[in-house]
Amino acid sequence: MSTATTHDAHHEEHPSGLMRWVTTTNHKDIGTLYLLFSLLMFLVGGAMAMVIRAELFEPGLQFVEPQFFNSMTTMHALIMIFGAVMPAFVCLANWLIPMMIGAPDMALPRMNNWSFWILPFAFAILLSTLFMEGGAPAGGWTMYPPLVMQTGNAFPFLIFSVHLMGISSIMGAINVIVTIVNMRAPGMTMMKMPLFVWTWLITAYLLIATMPVLAGAVTMLLTDRFFDTSFFNAAGGGDPVMFQHIFWFFGHPEVYILILQAFGIVSQIIPTFARKPLFGYSSMVYATASIAFLSFIVWAHHMFTVGMPLTGELFFMYATMLIAVPTGVKVFNWVSTMWRGAMTFETPMLFAIGFVIMFTIGGFSGLMLAMAPVDFQYHDTYFVVAHFHYVLVTGAVFAIMGATYYWLPKWTGHMYNEKLGKLHFWLSTISVNVLFFPQHFLGLAGMPRRIPDYSVQFAGFNEISSIGGFAFGLTQLLFVYIVFKTIKGGEKATDQVWEGAHGLEWTLPSPPPYHSFSTAPEVK
Amino acid sequence: MLVTKTKRALTAAAGIAALFGATSAAAEYGLNLTTGVTPISREAYDLHMLILEVCIGIGVVVFGAMFISIIKHRKSRGVQPSQFHESTTVEILWTIIPFLILVGMAIPATKALVAMEDTSNADLSIKVTGYQWRWGYDYVDNGISFISSLATPKDQIYNKAKKDEHYLLEVDKPLVVPVNKKVRLLITANDVIHAWWVPALGMKKDAIPGYINEMWFKVEKAGTYRGQCAELCGKDHGFMPIVVVAKDEADYEKWVAEQKGEAKADEQAAQRTWSRDELMARGEKVYNSSCAACHQANGEGVPGAFPALKGGAVTTGPVAGHISLVLNGKPGTAMAAFANQLSDVELAAVVTYERNAWGNDTGDMVQPSDVKAAR
Repeated sequence: MSTATTHDAHHEEHPSGLMRWVTTTNHKDIGTLYLLFSLLMFLVGGAMAMVIRAELFEPGLQFVEPQFFNSMTTMHALIMIFGAVMPAFVCLANWLIPMMIGAPDMALPRMNNWSFWILPFAFAILLSTLFMEGGAPAGGWTMYPPLVMQTGNAFPFLIFSVHLMGISSIMGAINVIVTIVNMRAPGMTMMKMPLFVWTWLITAYLLIATMPVLAGAVTMLLTDRFFDTSFFNAAGGGDPVMFQHIFWFFGHPEVYILILQAFGIVSQIIPTFARKPLFGYSSMVYATASIAFLSFIVWAHHMFTVGMPLTGELFFMYATMLIAVPTGVKVFNWVSTMWRGAMTFETPMLFAIGFVIMFTIGGFSGLMLAMAPVDFQYHDTYFVVAHFHYVLVTGAVFAIMGATYYWLPKWTGHMYNEKLGKLHFWLSTISVNVLFFPQHFLGLAGMPRRIPDYSVQFAGFNEISSIGGFAFGLTQLLFVYIVFKTIKGGEKATDQVWEGAHGLEWTLPSPPPYHSFSTAPEVK
Repeated sequence: MLVTKTKRALTAAAGIAALFGATSAAAEYGLNLTTGVTPISREAYDLHMLILEVCIGIGVVVFGAMFISIIKHRKSRGVQPSQFHESTTVEILWTIIPFLILVGMAIPATKALVAMEDTSNADLSIKVTGYQWRWGYDYVDNGISFISSLATPKDQIYNKAKKDEHYLLEVDKPLVVPVNKKVRLLITANDVIHAWWVPALGMKKDAIPGYINEMWFKVEKAGTYRGQCAELCGKDHGFMPIVVVAKDEADYEKWVAEQKGEAKADEQAAQRTWSRDELMARGEKVYNSSCAACHQANGEGVPGAFPALKGGAVTTGPVAGHISLVLNGKPGTAMAAFANQLSDVELAAVVTYERNAWGNDTGDMVQPSDVKAAR
């Protein structure tokens, strides 16, 4: 079934050097661009996290002033969410979806190019605010008014860059949907698609549904500031809480935009290394769809303390608790897939198992946060910080790293260094837990989030957390080294790469031809 | 070989322990939520423990199965992978069982929530106003009203002095409430969103401009309880603590009487004419607690963010414009309206101070009566 053909080699002609990357419409080139961009943003956002952890190492103000500290937390979040995690998933979509469904490329290649090339500009604009009068945005990535109105000259640049990120995401999502719906190989029915493709399809709909909502919310901020409207200005008859409702109507599905594909990745990796089919394929698809649906009706659990009516609080509490059911189905499925398999523990499998355990810990704290009467204590404390870093770092980021190790040999034709990969996993896992686990205790003991300085009772765990933070940050340089070394060379990878791997992408040579499937494969 | 290895590990461990010991001898390691001192806080604590235990239980089962599988079902042990998959019975079971557990947790949570939101039949109502970055308290029933700000000196924050026990959790004037009375807070804000939170009282509520939110507590034990603002509110969000002192009925009454006496004295002070020295001395105090956070103690502000008052257009311009700006603030910026935060005396003093300090030397003097007229 291998389609390494020679007669269509003329298709592979493309400009070389810089212009290859600027003008490329090839899904693999664009995937690579996304990967490198997200890696760069991961390091920039990570550097900001290091500033935060350095300032919080001890009580008192040592390195930065409070205003700059707030800029760091705000920018760290915006860069990690929109610059690192989302583009990393788009990288995977570009590289993998055509290969997994048996297509030659993405359906809309020029739009693909555009959606990538918007991003460097969006983030150049966002990062330039660090040098503006009044400093970078410091009102939190949630941009709550009225506080965000106190942003200096950076304000319109913040809004414009958010708009650009939104446009890029929407175009990426359209491309994914059009590709999946139209370009599957003959015989590849919806219910035969790999789970990674399924989770991306569902995520793409979430993106199209919610990014315009964010765009609307920030546009209202813009007109409030510059055109004397009063959407969110109480003094003008507006409502500051309305912004939070609109923002979280985007924001909660966004949370799943950052994790659903991770579910997909883990559902690809675990069966491979357990050498056993996924326990319940169709229930995984339905669980993903239910989570996506529920994500639209739980937004106000981010706002239990704003003073909603009792019935509102009850509704959002019940709906939020309900998410635990499909999420549980997923975790049970992964465990059952491992059960009585014949497992080996290469780096991707280690990251997948790490994901299942630590994401579940994040899920548990999420369930705790869903309980409104206790959320009044947890809300806006380090308990929340610990929760969302467990789901986003040991969840989304670990899945992305696992995916990189899993598919990098396919992409480059070279095996990565297994010893270094395992070292990277273990160092990351230990340091990330030293970093985030004590933050649960800090939150329960009463430390609010987003503060540059704290009372002496919180000193002990902050110190431990910072040490873990520095270790985790340093460890990621190892990841960068491994990735670049594998791109440059290494042991030749076989076409199947992994003994237990199944799926169309493993039928292609490693590295795959420039246009994945020039003739559509037949799926039985 | 093994001995040297163990020795080396021990030395390393001791080294790490010494490092921690040296830098955090005074640090505490609080692990869990406080049980607190109100019926609500205890209910929250019980519920917290219940969910925690349920989560740990589920975790033990799920992770247990996983670890057994990781240990036993590995290829290196020569096992053949089983190929079983899809079982509707199992799928239904692991959908229904978690659902039932959730229902079991939702019932006590609903009860607790209903109790927490019942602010009726309060014995005492206090209006709480969040300002950047201090809290204002108005006792609705007896007219007592004051502002409560951070009392920790700057030297401690910038590590020039030793940090005391209640570093960052101490205020100049705490909120005083009677024990065993249902106290209802009416919470709002003047500029941006804040959140009022004292962990021992078991509840947190956002203070939002244009909204009045309600929460209640009944403190069962006299004592001092500390908390802080819990919603990002700008530069000094980490520096607006809350201190609640719960007193026995008799002590509380005594405190109320003292406050009323002070209020009367303040009223008289506002009637008389103040000397220049008095105004400057009082003004410096007010400036340092209310203005210096942004405009800086030396009046030079922060370029690009907070304008300089030293030689500033407003502080050296017409007096009326200066008074009006301080009273009403500047919408859309961090400059707050101080009309409700400061008394006539304090406003007169601080405006006088700003017009004559740092070489501004306008020679202008503003009396409390001038401020009253400008309100």
